[in-house]
Order: sequence, then structure tokens, then C-alpha cells
Amino acid sequence: MYQLLFFVFAGAAVGFAINLLLQRHPIHSALSLIGVMASLASLYLMLGAEFIAAAQIIVYAGAIMVLFVFVIMLLNAGEEERTQRSRFAKYLGLPLILLLVTSMAAVIYRQVPQDAMVRFGDFPGRTADIGRRLFLNYLLPFEVVSIVILVAIIGTVVLARKDSETEGPGKAVVSEK
Amino acid sequence: MVPLSYYLILSAILFTLGVAGFLFKRNIVTIFMSVELMLNAVNLTFVALSYSLRQLDGQIIVFFVMVIAAAEAAVGLAIIITVFRNRESLNVDRIDLMKL
Repeated sequence: MYQLLFFVFAGAAVGFAINLLLQRHPIHSALSLIGVMASLASLYLMLGAEFIAAAQIIVYAGAIMVLFVFVIMLLNAGEEERTQRSRFAKYLGLPLILLLVTSMAAVIYRQVPQDAMVRFGDFPGRTADIGRRLFLNYLLPFEVVSIVILVAIIGTVVLARKDSETEGPGKAVVSEK
Repeated sequence: MVPLSYYLILSAILFTLGVAGFLFKRNIVTIFMSVELMLNAVNLTFVALSYSLRQLDGQIIVFFVMVIAAAEAAVGLAIIITVFRNRESLNVDRIDLMKL
């Protein structure tokens, strides 16, 4: 049963990711990415990471992807244009990608012990323990991350602000009203 | 029961698909989505190894990765909006000059 669920969700994740690559319209790619994230959330649940699974759905599939879809619709992004600029990518791209995945798989097979199994419910990563550890051992990174978010908010507002008098985003900072 | 290496190889496949999307796609928004796909693949590795080592630190790192990804998505999309306002195009082949 566990194996079946793993292969269903893993297949769904890979299928959605391939669909992301094949779709020409950005909104279809965004919907595929939401599918990948939902499948990954199920896999996190199977690994006993309930908190991460919930955060994955709320933060990734919810907030971030809404932002993506919003921007795609705001910019009225149409179908992708095909350009034939790079012959290198056309002929060597796929072999190089396959080389990358096989080399990573080879490293994983060599490093990971073969008897390491994943059993459902074996490791209850309790959310309370995550919170305790987050606010005791990882307090400084937590505070630094809050500053990073503050900087990101200010940067986003400055970058995306529409100014009527000057053109170009660089001058927007100077022209304070 | 599933071997741990299956999870890691799934993560490797997703990461490689993200790299492929980053290199082959021409729409800047889709390229950005490929970056998110790569981040997700790395997160899966963290959670799988956190399970295998029986330690919660991996899950906390995933939490931080998610926070940084959210900040990065907000700033990146703001930059994309600004680029589109100046260039009227989302094709990265046309955004090849620093100055207009």
C-alpha cells in the first residue's frame, strides 16, 4: 500500500514537472507546478513531516503560486515564442540533462545504504518539537529571516511602484513625493 | 516500505527537470517557475534525510527555504513586472541589453 502510494505521488510529481516543461502557455505551466507541489506535500506526509506538508500547501501552492498566476494575468503573458538560436542546446541539451540525472543517481546509490527503508509512522516529527527547536536552537536564524522578509517587502514595493512623472524604475527611488 | 534512495532519486529527477526548464524555456516567468521546482526538489531531499537521520533539523531548514523562496518570488516577480514595463516583452532572448 505504502509503495503504491509512493509510486502514485512520485509519478504525479514527475508527470506534472514534465508537463511544466512541455506547456507553451505560462498559465498551464503554473497549474502544473501547483500539481507538483501538491504531490510533494503528500510525499512529505508519508515521510512523517506533517508541519512541512501543511506549510507546503499553504505557502507554496497557496501564496507563491497565487503570486505567479496574478503576475501572469497582470502581464497578459501569451504563448511562448520559439527561437532557434542555440544549436548547442538543440543537439547536446537532452544528453547533458540525462548525464546530470544519471550522475546524481549514481552518487545517491553509492552513498545511501541499501537497507535504509522508509516506513509510514516510523518517525513522528511532532510539530511541537519543531516549534521548540525553532525558537530555542534556531532563534538567531529566525530573526535574521524576519529581517530578510522586511527587506524583500520594501524592495518589492520600490521595484513594482508605478511612477507617472519619471520613466524607468531606477529613478523611482529618487523622486519621493 | 520504500527504500530511502527512491526518494532521493525522485528529488534528483525533479531537480534535473528544473534545470532543463531553466535552460530551455524562453519565457521569463516559466524560467522563474523552474527555479521554484528546483527549490522544491531540494526540500524533498532535506525531508527524506531528516526522516532517515531521525532529526528534525532538516525540516526546520525546509521551513527556512520556504520563507526565503517566498521572499525571492515576491522580489523576482516585481523585477519581472518592471522589466515588462520597460521592454514590453517576456522573452529572455529580447532582454539581452543592460541599457535600453
